[in-house]
Amino acid sequence: MPGLGITYGRGGATTSLQDLQNSDCILIEGSNMAEAHPVGFRHPMIAKEKNGAKLIHVDPRFTRTSALCDVYAPIRPGTDIAFLGGLINYVLQNEEYFEEYVKAYTNAATIVTEEFEDAGATGLFSGWDEEKTQYDPSTWRYEGQPIDYAAVGGSQGRIVGEAGGQSETAPDQPRPTDMTLQHERCVFQILKRHFAKYTPEMVEKVCGTPREAFQKVAELITENSGREKTTALVYSVGWTQHSKGVQLIRTAAILQLLLGNIGRPGGGIMALRGHATIQGSTDIATLYNILPGYLGMPDANKDHDTWRDYIEDGTASSGWLANFPKYATSLMKAWYGEAFDAEDGALFDRFPRINGDHSYYPSIMAMKDREVKGAFNFGQNFAVGGPHANLARDALRALDWLVVVDAYEIETATAWKMDGVKPEECGTEVFFIPAALVAEKDGSFTQTQRMLQWHDKAVEPPDDARSDAWFVYHLGRRIKELYKDSTDERDGLIQAMTWDYPVEGEYDEPNIESITKEVNGYNVADGSPVAGFAALKDDGSTACGGWIYSGVYKDGVNQARRRKPWTEQPNAATEWGWAWPANRRVLYNRASADPEGKPWSERKKFVWWDEEQGKWTGLDIPDFQADKRPDYRPENDAKGVDAIPGDGPFIMQGDGKGWLFAPVGLKDGPLPIHYEPVESPVPNLLYDKVQYTPTARLFDRPDNPYNKPMDPRYPHVVTTYRLTEHHTSGAMSRWLPWLSELQPELFCEISPTLAGEVGVENADFVTVSTSRGKVHCRALVTDRIPVYNMDGRKIHTIGLPYHWGPNGIVKGDVVNNLMPVALEANVAIHEAKAFTANLEAGRV
Amino acid sequence: MATGFLTDTTVCIGCKACEVACKQWNQLPADGYEFTGDSYDNTKQLSGTTWRHVAFIENPKKRRLTGDVDLVALAEDVTEPLPGGAELDALGRWAFMSDVCKHCVAAPCQQACPTGSIIRNEFDNVYIQPDICNGCGYCVPACPYGVITQVPNDGRAFKCTLCYDRQIDGLEPACAKACPTNSIMFGDVEDLKELAEERVQQLHDKGYTQAYVWGTPEVGGTGGIEGNHSKFILMDEPETYNLPKHPYLPQEKVKGGVIAGAVAAGVLGAVVALAFRD
Repeated sequence: MPGLGITYGRGGATTSLQDLQNSDCILIEGSNMAEAHPVGFRHPMIAKEKNGAKLIHVDPRFTRTSALCDVYAPIRPGTDIAFLGGLINYVLQNEEYFEEYVKAYTNAATIVTEEFEDAGATGLFSGWDEEKTQYDPSTWRYEGQPIDYAAVGGSQGRIVGEAGGQSETAPDQPRPTDMTLQHERCVFQILKRHFAKYTPEMVEKVCGTPREAFQKVAELITENSGREKTTALVYSVGWTQHSKGVQLIRTAAILQLLLGNIGRPGGGIMALRGHATIQGSTDIATLYNILPGYLGMPDANKDHDTWRDYIEDGTASSGWLANFPKYATSLMKAWYGEAFDAEDGALFDRFPRINGDHSYYPSIMAMKDREVKGAFNFGQNFAVGGPHANLARDALRALDWLVVVDAYEIETATAWKMDGVKPEECGTEVFFIPAALVAEKDGSFTQTQRMLQWHDKAVEPPDDARSDAWFVYHLGRRIKELYKDSTDERDGLIQAMTWDYPVEGEYDEPNIESITKEVNGYNVADGSPVAGFAALKDDGSTACGGWIYSGVYKDGVNQARRRKPWTEQPNAATEWGWAWPANRRVLYNRASADPEGKPWSERKKFVWWDEEQGKWTGLDIPDFQADKRPDYRPENDAKGVDAIPGDGPFIMQGDGKGWLFAPVGLKDGPLPIHYEPVESPVPNLLYDKVQYTPTARLFDRPDNPYNKPMDPRYPHVVTTYRLTEHHTSGAMSRWLPWLSELQPELFCEISPTLAGEVGVENADFVTVSTSRGKVHCRALVTDRIPVYNMDGRKIHTIGLPYHWGPNGIVKGDVVNNLMPVALEANVAIHEAKAFTANLEAGRV
Repeated sequence: MATGFLTDTTVCIGCKACEVACKQWNQLPADGYEFTGDSYDNTKQLSGTTWRHVAFIENPKKRRLTGDVDLVALAEDVTEPLPGGAELDALGRWAFMSDVCKHCVAAPCQQACPTGSIIRNEFDNVYIQPDICNGCGYCVPACPYGVITQVPNDGRAFKCTLCYDRQIDGLEPACAKACPTNSIMFGDVEDLKELAEERVQQLHDKGYTQAYVWGTPEVGGTGGIEGNHSKFILMDEPETYNLPKHPYLPQEKVKGGVIAGAVAAGVLGAVVALAFRD
């Protein structure tokens, strides 16, 4: 989540679900929290009951979440930047921002180089290269400062930045600022000018949100922010799955900085994740371009020839990532043990490098083009759940071999007999391996608030089912056995890999806690667990499989297994599970105190400076150097963490500040801009020269056609989503009678107006089609779907849950057949929440 | 101690966790896979194999509007001021209600049961003993709420046991345990009665003066039923949730007939007596 990573320093939710109870107002947008996170939704409900907190839902559909909120504001899919930009403009124009917070904790006062040109009439920032269709971000920098790529965003920032090798150390001079915020090139004034056109009138025109509803939302969030009150923002994939998803979240992040809600109880941004351990899958990375703990993957296109090159490139001059060498060295020690010499790092020469974009979608295309020969599939069902699922299934059928490890025979394992394909004509050899379900194995989830929660095995898995860890462990063991006598230099890495987890039980299941211990880190000399990442060294004396999780096995105790309920803890529930980093529950919580270290108010007291003890203390674990005084000011030549002042709460950032303006780190601009989705039935009213984001990654191939903007053949907007009753692609719910009976059939939600236009009644069959494919489904006619009047024309939304496929107890067409592969520039997320389609009566 | 449920519909999020938890704990079968088109309700009703049922009521306030609903109408609707000045109010525009056996104080099903299968157990819950039930089905029409049905291919009648087997082990019923927002509360009926009054008062203070308790001898537990051990906090007319406002014991209706019959018999007798005089 670089939207948060670039702005605050870490790409994770800044707060916890429990902390939402402390909110005075909660704005839920881009999320259907009550339906997709029903258990987490209890906390907003508690805030509502106990504090009288106002709950707001902004969404294209009136959902089960809307039904429990105080205010519902409809919004046309894909226009959230215009809505949030409108709120930012409201806050700036009405001087509703938290002035002291903004001056002290954000880069509002920092002056930007005069080379920077905002996106005015052109809809593009300075540095746009029309030929390469990409930005050169060099004009976005602070005045008098070179760009320190390594200092960007701490977590994912580094990996989403421009190609590396340009890291420069900061010059030994202070950054030019204007604390009066009047300088015309200071960030604050740039921001004010940039969002000036996002007026309430414009919001109504672009988003279709009634003026009164927008006004009410603006009033509620500003009334409930400041010294005495805090407002929280909640989002999930309704914000991420857009061609400008990162900038969308950036807009929200800027708004929360202006309102002074970050790092404070009841404030923050709650990024709800789509699955139980999605956060964990990026932390201890399954992504192709990062190593565990968001360390950059060695890259053949960067100056990563030797271990020293790699270390130098990754190390920031100021901010927390100055510690990069300690984390990278400890990772190598965890993986390769004695074979890795921290002095010469020679083994690194054999470490694989990436040489291009191998993210999910390019890999699917490469499969289809027969460049990828084989694949392993764990815990996902992209034959149904991936965008443009037709193409994904064609890709599966082009493989030589495929291993699917799952508890049910999901569609990804049966593409060879779907879509009318003759099995004898499909050359893919499929290995279907039965997997254990969650209650049948030990392990941990890292959920939405960066918190690890342990689960113990309750029952043995049936028959031949084994845990995923069993499969991977024994596969690795056998591979090592195969290569143990090889004299090929290239096999050295496999031979060096440490793979000595103890096994237990009848079927030699690997002991999962031993993996937790490795991830936590230990002293190489005696194997004793380290207490946290502060204990990690760059001399090879420590090993650590994922530095951000360091501390989860502190004192040899599995901290993720702690289960003291929040009701029995007066503080931020720090004894339930364990949250990274260092068990801090609310990130940047130094900002809950004023620059002098005193709480902003008694009511919102959280973490503060204790002068007597000479340290930070409070209800949470301080997300700050414990003994750094609030009045500490770094010397001009200070390096690393010492360069962060005592009033810089955003310790991962090179300047310790929250970034209203992002001088570096994003491929699509230093500030967010409203563009229409790649497929939209209306023109961009805010920037008429640029219809959709110019950095969108499009795949111009015959098997991935796009519906052109305003194509009359596809006049409606589709937004896809999930229902409480099913789980994503249905892989875990379509086989269960108790869940299947609750939502037995694919349907689309349409307004009575659209139903009238098309000539269908409730529960009739309809056909939804795009240039990629079509689906048949039932129409659920409901006035919970708003209709937007745009220049006398009615714009309709078609809501489509995407849980069904041809396998399981309840079957249905695959909704994702409809979707294009249109990707966001920074993180390659697809645009699932807004694309165009046609609707016809009957099964056409 | 008498135990029961209090179901607060104002905090129900319609997640149906209660339905699933109930079916799982009690090992009840799925009832089929039929799309109803009735909002998100594909369960339809309580039955011998469905002991919790979440009803979905779309926009009770706006049902007067039909056909063409555009944004203007929607905006007008959301700006409709509510008591207490809660403008733009969304609450109640899509109502959810987790229905269950009412566990009547004077239970018509129990009174109709000829075998003594239906009893009040030690928790004062209305309980069907499956080993006594002979499948006569008299309880089915006797229930004024449509809670009980006979299970096909079995013949016997089943309904919510208030998780008797969990209660004897000191556990709360599965539905209450699974409810993420405490919409379903379980406990001593006297405590729940107090809690219900408190909750309703809180809602009134917030401006939702239409909130009330259903299942009292005044509303929903009427007609000789003397109140229910399953109470509900509602925001609209009971009929909106497919609940009767004034249910009654079946014999209440029989009463008139019996009196009329007695009178008729009396009159007839008199006529006959007169006719055969001398």
